[in-house]
Amino acid sequence: MLKISQLHKSYPIGDSSLHVLKGIDLNVESGEMVAIMGSSGSGKSTLLNIIGILDEADSGEYTLDGVEIKNLNEKKAAIYRNKFLGFIFQSFNLINYKNALENVALPLYYQGLKRKERQEKAKFHLKKVGLLDWAHHLPSELSGGQKQRVAIARALAAEPKLLLADEPTGALDMGTSYEIMEFLQQLNDEGKTILIVTHEEDIAKMCKRIVRLRDGVIMEDKKVKQVRAGQNV
Amino acid sequence: MFDLDLWREIFQSINKNRLRTILSGFTVVFAIMLFTILFGLVNGLQNTFTEAFADDANNAIFINSGRTTKAYKGLQAGRRIQFENKEIDYIKDDNGNKVEFITARIYRNEVATFRNEKSNYSVKAVHPDHQFLERTVMNEGRYINQRDINEKTKVVVIGRLVEDDLFLKTTALGKYINLSGIQYKIVGIFSDEGNENEERSIYMPVSTAQQVYGNNEYIDQINLSYNPDMNFDQAIAFSKSLEKKLKERFSVAKLDQRAIRVRNMAEASRDVNQMMVVLGILVLVIGLGTLIAGIVGISNIMIFIVKERTKEIGIRKALGAPPRSIVSIILLESVLITAIAGYIGLLIGTGVLNLAGPILEEYFITDPSVKTSLVVMATITLIIAGALAGYVPAKKASRIKPIVALRNE
Repeated sequence: MLKISQLHKSYPIGDSSLHVLKGIDLNVESGEMVAIMGSSGSGKSTLLNIIGILDEADSGEYTLDGVEIKNLNEKKAAIYRNKFLGFIFQSFNLINYKNALENVALPLYYQGLKRKERQEKAKFHLKKVGLLDWAHHLPSELSGGQKQRVAIARALAAEPKLLLADEPTGALDMGTSYEIMEFLQQLNDEGKTILIVTHEEDIAKMCKRIVRLRDGVIMEDKKVKQVRAGQNV
Repeated sequence: MFDLDLWREIFQSINKNRLRTILSGFTVVFAIMLFTILFGLVNGLQNTFTEAFADDANNAIFINSGRTTKAYKGLQAGRRIQFENKEIDYIKDDNGNKVEFITARIYRNEVATFRNEKSNYSVKAVHPDHQFLERTVMNEGRYINQRDINEKTKVVVIGRLVEDDLFLKTTALGKYINLSGIQYKIVGIFSDEGNENEERSIYMPVSTAQQVYGNNEYIDQINLSYNPDMNFDQAIAFSKSLEKKLKERFSVAKLDQRAIRVRNMAEASRDVNQMMVVLGILVLVIGLGTLIAGIVGISNIMIFIVKERTKEIGIRKALGAPPRSIVSIILLESVLITAIAGYIGLLIGTGVLNLAGPILEEYFITDPSVKTSLVVMATITLIIAGALAGYVPAKKASRIKPIVALRNE
């Protein structure tokens, strides 16, 4: 599904540069649910951004679903993002002047689907996250958990190969966090490959595998026994 | 290709971000409105000038006589100079085709009566050429002709307002009007392009007047127009030599300002032309000024809009928006707003001009208006400027890495 080898990334800071990722090797198989952990500054977000084709690596190889991601122009990158990836962000990143349904339908617009088809698919995914009744509400009229579920529906709408979540529960209280995690686990059970960046142990333990980063290198990469979120609620 | 979905996106963005829309639209409305109003006012000023000098032929020369103020060649000061018919012949003979039209004028004030109606009018005794010098427009009948002059016929041509006054609703043509006890046949009714006052006067053949008022050959004023092929310098030289020769003819001192006065409209029309040039420059400065102000305004707003939408752009890019769609969504929105706002500005501007038009006539502004094509051009300029000003930041925004845009809180 995802193959990364010897990935390096550094950011320029003034005259010097900050070496953030120092040779990352990572393989993720289809159907896995992986938590990427690390303290802030460990490079976990940078790694996720590179995986998400939101950012480019300086060197190293990255293959996503058999396609080598390298030297993409903006247009290609946009197509790959749209086709392969679904994003879930800590701050939801819904477009504030679009209602829930329109937000979910947006990636489908960029896929070039017809309006009617978009509406149907978006409704289907909203139903899946249990928010069909809220389809015509603006993000400002939704709670944090609801917003995140709309964001998940949006990420799912394009039927991506890989779901990328950047601290998906970071802005939510514990109860809501667990609800979201339970939903993500459910998606994983259905076969979706999910990558979650988090710094919370309990969230990480709800995944099937934990990759720990420190100082731009992988310290530990182990499979864990998944804790079902439903048990904690 | 017309992309309905793209326009739907744009309309939603316009509709849901009203404040932003109004802000950016307002600048353009204001710029185009100012542009329209200022242009309209200057046009009104120009109209006033054109109208004021449309009255008489602008290649006209007026020659008047008076009393001498300087003793000359043994003649006393205070001598009265009187033009007669022979002066007209002299000018004609001496100058050949330099003279386009020439007429004498004798001024009288007469009480005119028709049946019970009676009023006081200015009577001008003239030659047939007077019609072209005064730009008289015949509504009915004919003007004074050469036969009238030769035979000293008792005919008159009356102004439109004289007919209105004396003949009430009936037609005056062919009827007889009484001027101080003598009956004159009305052979024509005229109106005057430039001057409504002129329409309150009565023209009669110069020879008739000379016979009736003293049986002499006296004339009060000579009006002529020079050949329009002459340029300004030639025209001035012509009237100067005319003045010189007439002064010699009447033994008037060269520096005597009163005895013989030659007024050349070329000088006045040169002043008017200069004024027009100044007004033209004014128009240009005003137009460019408001346009530049509008361009600066719309540019600022475009930069602000792109800044404000950076995060949205990041989200869209993360969801797979190609760079082209980002640029077009921002640009088309600005073009649409500018076009609509420009139209509103035009409507308000012309509305103000129409409302204020009648009031402004007191201030030498006649019929202030702007060509729609001009305002459309101005709006298109603003649209292009807005598009250019928006393109740079929009292009830049489309290139921002989504991760940077998303971090932009």
